[in-house]
Amino acid sequence: MKKWGLILSLLLVIGLTACGKSGQQAQPSAQLSPAHQTPAQTPAQTPDQTPGSAKENTSVSAEDIVLATTTSTQDSGLLDVLIPALETSLDHKVKIKVVAVGTGQAIQLGQDGNADVLLVHARKSEDEFMNKGYGTYAWDVMYNQFLLVGPKDDPAKVKSAFSAADAFERIAKAKAVFLSRGDNSGTHKKELSIWEMTNVKKPSGDWYKSVGQAMGATLQMAGQLNAYTLVDEATYLTHKEGLEMVYSGDKAMFNPYGIMIVKSTKKPGTAKQVVDFIVGSEGQKIIGDFGKDKYGKSIFVPNAKQR
Amino acid sequence: MNDNLLPIILLSLQVSALATLCGTILGIPLGTVIGLFTFPGRNLTMAFLYTLMGFPTVLIGVIVYLLLSRYGPLGNLELLFTPYAMVIAQTLLTTPVIAGLTMSAVYMKEKSLAETAQSLGATRMQTVAVIIKESKRGIWTGIATAFGRAISEVGAVMLVGGNIQGSTRVMTTAIILETRQGNMTNALVLGLVLLLVTFVSQVFLMIGMIATFQKNKTG
Repeated sequence: MKKWGLILSLLLVIGLTACGKSGQQAQPSAQLSPAHQTPAQTPAQTPDQTPGSAKENTSVSAEDIVLATTTSTQDSGLLDVLIPALETSLDHKVKIKVVAVGTGQAIQLGQDGNADVLLVHARKSEDEFMNKGYGTYAWDVMYNQFLLVGPKDDPAKVKSAFSAADAFERIAKAKAVFLSRGDNSGTHKKELSIWEMTNVKKPSGDWYKSVGQAMGATLQMAGQLNAYTLVDEATYLTHKEGLEMVYSGDKAMFNPYGIMIVKSTKKPGTAKQVVDFIVGSEGQKIIGDFGKDKYGKSIFVPNAKQR
Repeated sequence: MNDNLLPIILLSLQVSALATLCGTILGIPLGTVIGLFTFPGRNLTMAFLYTLMGFPTVLIGVIVYLLLSRYGPLGNLELLFTPYAMVIAQTLLTTPVIAGLTMSAVYMKEKSLAETAQSLGATRMQTVAVIIKESKRGIWTGIATAFGRAISEVGAVMLVGGNIQGSTRVMTTAIILETRQGNMTNALVLGLVLLLVTFVSQVFLMIGMIATFQKNKTG
């Protein structure tokens, strides 16, 4: 009986927190959509159109654009602000469907023609994608940095490291637990490139755990296991999980985001409008302001520039 | 595929087999008691047990995660992200399945057997033993179903195991990982292997089931 009481109370707590969160998120979008959608769309279009085109209009009233992106842009909450503003600026004629996955899968989605626009952060893979002719109209969008985070007592003494490679080497030498995303994501690729710069090259052993999960889940695991992990600034600022930043600032930990149109998209015009908004002055301002009120600094630094 | 497949298959089998074993040890007595003895609130208990049989596995994962997490009630055992945590989660999944199917099996047999056994002079305990023996088919079905559900389960083992390479990565979580990386072929191949492994293990369970029937007949 005691056990069930415990489980029930757990359920209640879970239910309450879930409701609280969804309530907060639902509010702004619920306010936005009816207010802007109804007056803008319906009355303006119907009067001077022939029956034929009116029919066409109802079936394709809003064009869907699939935006494949990495989990960090979604988990940070940036898209909750950016996407509604983007849809408003396009008069709600475009509906953005966000698929947030690892960069590996996002790029695969692009290659297979299952996405129209990519917003990712793995420069090497992006260049490959462009060079193979899968993409077009690529832009730099924004950047932040990767951080090395770990337990507060810092068992590997990483805080006094003088470079990213040195920090990683200290962890390996101390055999302190290190979690690797291990999923070919942008973060994972960055991590491997830093190991490449050390004497370790290919880390292995009980202390090095490859978890094969998204950033949020990996960070949470690191918090539970008192482990070190490499995390993008956006995810860390939004979910600290009891870890401390132990090293940052090396050029090797720079984290640029890029946006590009999938060449095979059936809606190139709309896709271009989407990209133009995000790299344009309004989109860049939203990115630069995002997070300032909550974290005292912006999570992403806008730096739009066509490649 | 960047992982060695064999340890992943073995871990899948170990975790699910152990969870099925724990579920059997807990579930058969539980199901027998609910199926054979009348007590106040029995119907409600039955309904509750049937509900647990369909319990969402992800929710089991969340509950076990909270219990085992560092600041949770069992946090000092440091079991989170170990195979033991996966066994605990899957035991919560297998026990109700085995208990429920045991319950319905003995409940069916009870009516026809209890009177006969007692008229032949069996004691209460002997009657219960006879009924359990005669309900073997149903109980084996429960065990096979529970094992099948355990080995194909993904949500709970992902949450409490953490999908750590070489430590807690099982077939289902490996499939999720391959899919997320866009390696659809690998994911499909792994899925087929999982299907095959499940089939082979069910065949072994069936052999065990048939063997007990035959022993029963000759003995």
